[in-house]
Amino acid sequence: MRKIALNQLDQLFAEIAASRKLYLPVDTKAGAKFEPWQQGTVLSDALNTVRSAKDFFFPQTENLMDFKVEGKNIEVIDTRSECEDFVLFGVRACDVKSFEVLDRVFLAEPVDTYYKNRREHGVIMSLACTRPQETCFCGTFGIDATEPEGDVVCYKTEDALYLDARTEKGSALLESLGCLTEEGDWAAVDAQKAKTREYLAKLPLADLKTDGFGAGTTSKFFDAPEWKELSATCLGCGTCTFVCPTCQCYDIRDFNTGHGVKRFRCWDSCMYSDFTKMSAGQPRLTQLERFRQRFMHKLVYYPTNNDGLFSCVGCGRCLAKCPIQMNIVKVMKKLGGSAND
Amino acid sequence: MQEVKREVLVSKASELLNNGTVDRVLGWKAGEFDYDITPAVFYTAEELERDFVWNDFCGANFSKYLVAETGKSENKLLVFLKPCDTYSFNQLLTEHRFDRERVYAVGVGCNGMLDISKLRSSAEGILHVHTEDADKVAVDTLYDGTVTLDRASLLPDRCVNCKSKKHVAYDELLGADGEVLDSGRFDEVERIERMTPDERFAFWQGELSRCIRCNACRDVCPACTCEKCVFDNPQSGVENKAAATSFEEQMFHIIRAFHVAGRCTDCGECSRVCPQHIPLHLLNRKFIKDIDSFYGEYQAGAEVGSRAPIVDYRTDDLEPGEAVERGGEHA
Repeated sequence: MRKIALNQLDQLFAEIAASRKLYLPVDTKAGAKFEPWQQGTVLSDALNTVRSAKDFFFPQTENLMDFKVEGKNIEVIDTRSECEDFVLFGVRACDVKSFEVLDRVFLAEPVDTYYKNRREHGVIMSLACTRPQETCFCGTFGIDATEPEGDVVCYKTEDALYLDARTEKGSALLESLGCLTEEGDWAAVDAQKAKTREYLAKLPLADLKTDGFGAGTTSKFFDAPEWKELSATCLGCGTCTFVCPTCQCYDIRDFNTGHGVKRFRCWDSCMYSDFTKMSAGQPRLTQLERFRQRFMHKLVYYPTNNDGLFSCVGCGRCLAKCPIQMNIVKVMKKLGGSAND
Repeated sequence: MQEVKREVLVSKASELLNNGTVDRVLGWKAGEFDYDITPAVFYTAEELERDFVWNDFCGANFSKYLVAETGKSENKLLVFLKPCDTYSFNQLLTEHRFDRERVYAVGVGCNGMLDISKLRSSAEGILHVHTEDADKVAVDTLYDGTVTLDRASLLPDRCVNCKSKKHVAYDELLGADGEVLDSGRFDEVERIERMTPDERFAFWQGELSRCIRCNACRDVCPACTCEKCVFDNPQSGVENKAAATSFEEQMFHIIRAFHVAGRCTDCGECSRVCPQHIPLHLLNRKFIKDIDSFYGEYQAGAEVGSRAPIVDYRTDDLEPGEAVERGGEHA
């Protein structure tokens, strides 16, 4: 366990940024956002970024390859650029957990090498929460906001940042910063964690339960009459899916540049009318079916395929951003039966 | 604070349900917190009594829902409309997008709706929001006790520059009707007009580069009621789910602004729902301002059946060159 005074954070960031790119949350007029650190960058105090940290491993758009066409020859051009080392500082417990959800999809056979490269080249410096918000419910999914996972776990107290390495990558990074940091003990961190846990217990969603959802419950929920009411005023936009740290669906398209083709991948949303369109058309013709798909995936299908792990981490972004304020909490309370009364 | 009280709306809706005038009610439903209110269809007086909400967070404009909802039943549907919603209501009628006979419209006076993002950035750990006072909002928080905020500081731009407190369409009105206001809503547009072309380009590039193409602006927009949007149609050649370049975002938003020009009532829903806080309504207001200055004042939705100047040819219309000259050095 290492320690550095908060007023020396700039030196710490400068030292990290000297050897590789460092991204951290900064305040913008549109909310907090991960930005590359440069001299003068101030770490945001916001609980979380508007967009999640998944962007760093699964960007909204990425160019997979180019094709150059000359006469009858087609040349495949490697455009890969995802092999740059970087450090991601200030990732909250919920977002770190989302990496596990994404790993199980992208690192399963056949391995997505674009994602894998980014994961291997990134070092996660997570940051324990101190002021959770009313929209937070990570505890519902067994996540402890005061004790995130990560390569280096950081804890902020009144006057210092404590850093604890949890992986080889994390140890190597901390060792390289050794001269800036000093040996720290757990006393101040434990006191901070106890205080934060008191706040966590008082959150309005602290009692939300996953009871009843999970692996093998498809038939219990698929035809539930409540879906009609829940989806009745859904606009069918993609806001929830795009701010979600665990939504992982994408589309691959070819863009005709006039003298070749750019093959790119971009996020897709199960809320969209042209999602997973096949030769027979879009399999989910109504917004009710699309809406149901999203929540069944989070609460039933994903756990069924992944040892019971839910693909929601309770970050609360969809609660804050849905234009009609419909979200997974309302779905769980409506469908979840007595556990959530 | 809203002058018209929740009980008045619930009682009116229950009465119209019970006497058979309508068979369902489009209204606002309570959420987990005091501010996360969802548009919902209510079928019984009991549901209304239990879940119906009318407070400072009922910003959603229901007009567009009527397109789909009126197709579901031959019976009348009750819809509550704030003054700005009634302009969208009329505009959709002008475009023959729903059957007026299937709607019973109840106008409700509005004292402005609060911006949830502004509220959440002004108070941390919100437990309760008290909006009974006319000028102050008291927020019970987890960290700082009760925080008292100026209500005016929590209003979104569309309410700060409210264009009208007058209901231009209704079957029945709850509360007193207001007047069309001298809103100052073009002040910000003028500020952008005064920029040099390079500054203006940088301004919009900065704003639009945040776009994540969630399409919430389009999907909430009462002027966007195409059965299949060109941007969702794989046959169109312009379908795109994400931007390959930053210019694509501008394409999407500028094309959309052109498409709704003359039909946009300036309801401000696009900016309300944008998760990235892009001031999209300013693009629409620029069109409205130009239409006003080139062809005489025109408010889309002020009446049913009016023809927007840009789809109505007159021999004394402005020549295209004059519009360019008017821009002067900043055209």
